[in-house]
Amino acid sequence: MAQFPPVKDRMKMSRMDMPEQDPNVRNTNFEEVALGYNVGLALNEAQRCLQCKTPTCIDMCPVNIKIDQFIERIVAEDYVGAYNKIREDNFLPAICGRVCPQDKQCESTCVLTKKFSSVAIGRLERFVADKVMSLNMIPAPVKAKPTGKKVAIVGSGPAGLACAADLVGMGHEVTVYEALHELGGVLVYGIPEFRLPKAIVRQEIQRLADAGVKFVKNAVIGKTITIDELQQEEGVQAIFIGVGAGLPKFMDIKGEELAGVYSANEFLTRVNLMKAYKFPEFDSPVLDPEGRNVVVVGGGNTAMDAVRTAKRLGAKTARIIYRRSEDEMPARTEEIHHAKQEGVIFQTLTNPLEYLGDKNQRVNGVKLQKMELGEPDKSGRRRPQEIKGSEYIEPIDIAIVAIGNGSNPLLLETNPDIKTNKWGNIEVNPETMETSKKGIFAGGDIVTGGATVILAMGAGRKAAKAMNEYLNR
Amino acid sequence: MFKIIEARFLSKDVKLFKIAAPRIAKKRLAGQFVILRLDEQGERIPLTIADSDDKQGSITIIAQGIGKTTKKLNTLNTGESILDVVGPLGKPSHVENFGTAVCIGGGVGTAIAYPIAKALKQVGNHTITINGARSKDLVILEEEMKKFSDEAYITTDDGSYGHHGFVTDILKKLISEGRKINFVLAIGPIPMMRAVTEATRPHGIKTVVSLNPIMIDGTGMCGGCRVIVAGKSEFACVSGPEFDAHNIDFDNLINRNKTYLDLEKEATLKFEHECKLVNQKPV
Ligand SMILES: Cc1cc2nc3c(=O)[nH]c(=O)nc-3n(C[C@H](O)[C@H](O)[C@H](O)COP(=O)(O)OP(=O)(O)OC[C@H]3O[C@@H](n4cnc5c(N)ncnc54)[C@H](O)[C@@H]3O)c2cc1C
Ligand SMILES: Cc1cc2nc3c(=O)[nH]c(=O)nc-3n(C[C@H](O)[C@H](O)[C@H](O)COP(=O)(O)OP(=O)(O)OC[C@H]3O[C@@H](n4cnc5c(N)ncnc54)[C@H](O)[C@@H]3O)c2cc1C
Ligand code: SF4
Ligand code: FES
Repeated sequence: MAQFPPVKDRMKMSRMDMPEQDPNVRNTNFEEVALGYNVGLALNEAQRCLQCKTPTCIDMCPVNIKIDQFIERIVAEDYVGAYNKIREDNFLPAICGRVCPQDKQCESTCVLTKKFSSVAIGRLERFVADKVMSLNMIPAPVKAKPTGKKVAIVGSGPAGLACAADLVGMGHEVTVYEALHELGGVLVYGIPEFRLPKAIVRQEIQRLADAGVKFVKNAVIGKTITIDELQQEEGVQAIFIGVGAGLPKFMDIKGEELAGVYSANEFLTRVNLMKAYKFPEFDSPVLDPEGRNVVVVGGGNTAMDAVRTAKRLGAKTARIIYRRSEDEMPARTEEIHHAKQEGVIFQTLTNPLEYLGDKNQRVNGVKLQKMELGEPDKSGRRRPQEIKGSEYIEPIDIAIVAIGNGSNPLLLETNPDIKTNKWGNIEVNPETMETSKKGIFAGGDIVTGGATVILAMGAGRKAAKAMNEYLNR
Repeated sequence: MFKIIEARFLSKDVKLFKIAAPRIAKKRLAGQFVILRLDEQGERIPLTIADSDDKQGSITIIAQGIGKTTKKLNTLNTGESILDVVGPLGKPSHVENFGTAVCIGGGVGTAIAYPIAKALKQVGNHTITINGARSKDLVILEEEMKKFSDEAYITTDDGSYGHHGFVTDILKKLISEGRKINFVLAIGPIPMMRAVTEATRPHGIKTVVSLNPIMIDGTGMCGGCRVIVAGKSEFACVSGPEFDAHNIDFDNLINRNKTYLDLEKEATLKFEHECKLVNQKPV
């Protein structure tokens, strides 16, 4: 059994790189970019952990995974133990290990971060989950005694799935309703295969189904069935709303109505969910970026996913247009790094003013303006300001707008009794995730606005706990 | 899986399907639609719910075979299934007793106009229907429309049946005769809806059209279905599909609908070719 080397030696060990596909190969395929640690690399990386008395990494983990403890089990080569330790706090380790912004969370406060480089906590988390999955050693869910109480979950994103998992574990009868024909929310229609293989999401969902969770696809709550009908006609005693923030924002500038201007949601949905990259084997088309100039407006994970997808589909140029500088980009550092390796061009401190079209209203250009950074704004980031007279026009063939998502009013239209704030997000009691309507709980992006997988998952679990108490009242 | 409990052609390219979908049947109101996906490789396409039977738990859709998906749909028969059907989507039609209402359907648009005409009649409107098609064999739902009309007109472009000419001929005639018309609904090819819009505009008659932009999810998630109404961008799947005709930017709708023209052609040709290979006559 391996052990930790002496502390002074640990500090000398350098952070292990994760093997990945060659940038010039992967930018032509949709297979996963990062290949994951093997046992040797994982051990080396785990041995760098100082096993701090008060681990500061945990403070910045939104669900406070016992990071030091799971790393200790990797060193002890007890992978199932490590997995179980993570699962105490995080229901989706294989997914979070891949998509969490660790550089802004746990890894940002690891004591090694300042002087050396932080322990690669995310990569280790992914390693543990993949290892245990490949060994087929994921513990079967414990079956609790049935309570006979019915609960409904609206939306099958990370918030809904986590909530369902805990509630079924408590013995309740759980049904998940999903509007689309696939389960998983943004994990399947947004985040591309090359960053998060869909097989992983399917496995997690299968495990829930095995545990007894019922899934109903093609059910738009508010349209197909309403919240009130679930309560009054189907005998549902508690409901969790995890419908996400699925309403794409546009900038309301001239030319956004032109053909060839997409929201990132539409572009990614066509490619990921509808598999337009396999057209005509699959029926849904997408404008072919091959040999064309594509710009993506935005600096978050969504923008990176869209631009890297365009690159993979053969775009002549795939460019990010972002009004602030790279330092302010909300995307995971690793994604920015990967995008650059793959040949994505970054045009920061630039903002689109207008899209231009041909006589058939097809986009063929964009008018851009240079920006500079001024004083910090409310978010603490320096405010971008226009540089007057810096406007210029560039020819483009496809534009993708990735400036965020607002709250989708579809479900809430039928339930004005569920209180929302001025952005349309549901207001909840932060301790219980309970809404203003009795027996209705909510969490994830519909409460916070577009956030992260881990926060959505955490909210789903918090709600499950409160729902259980509510049901037992 | 959603089972087809009845399937029959109404005209050469237009087929009616009754589909078992009890939840949708129970909820749907006139003017709403479903989105369906035929199989694992399929795209999602919107089709209006032409009718429903709550007791039987069925909805009726009527599709015109114009491209790959609708042509493939029209090869399906009673007893076969459709993989995904979701709905009812969109805002229901605004139905009230306007007084005199004219409902105009062009081609397969008649299938979409029919449930609304029925609803308008049922709340007490004096309902006039104008059912237009290219020729006699393409006229659909003649009897059904008649049943809910106080006055029913048929027009054909080639004069093989009813009035020889366009639906707007009849509408303009009614207006010029000084008939008091309080409401006009027009559903069909975009040029037809636009012609109706221009016919009623000078008279200030409230006119509603049902738009058919390209859709994916139908829940407001993608923004692909956006149309310009009164200078503002609206997601037709959630704010529509019906809008005030006098405020619509039809040019933009026409051009956006052409986005995938080449790809759609490619898919349709490939499908028809494959149909021939398995020795099936393409529909
Ligand atoms: C392209 C993209 C990339 C991202 N990358 C990252 C990343 O790298 N790391 C990270 O942490 N976060 C990332 N995020 C954010 C993250 O995906 C979300 O914060 C998270 O998925 C929110 O989870 P949720 O469960 O609240 O909602 P969602 O994942 O949005 O799921 C909501 C589900 O509810 C369904 N639904 C909606 N309305 C209804 C209704 N009325 N009835 C039934 N079902 C309904 C939707 O179809 C959907 O399936 C990304 C987001 C996008 C769009
Ligand atoms: C709200 C709504 C209700 C509709 N109701 C009916 C109906 O009751 N009966 C009927 O026959 N048709 C209806 N349509 C139109 C129908 O959806 C399209 O004819 C169908 O999607 C064409 O698909 P295709 O693969 O057969 O043809 P394609 O070859 O793909 O396309 C032919 C044309 O149809 C349009 N189209 C293509 N894909 C879509 C899509 N996903 N969504 C919308 N339009 C598309 C485009 O303008 C295209 O040029 C409706 C459309 C909308 C938006
Ligand atoms: S702060 Fe860093 S070194 Fe300390 S326990 Fe956490 S991961 Fe290990
Ligand atoms: S179809 Fe996607 S928003 Fe309307």
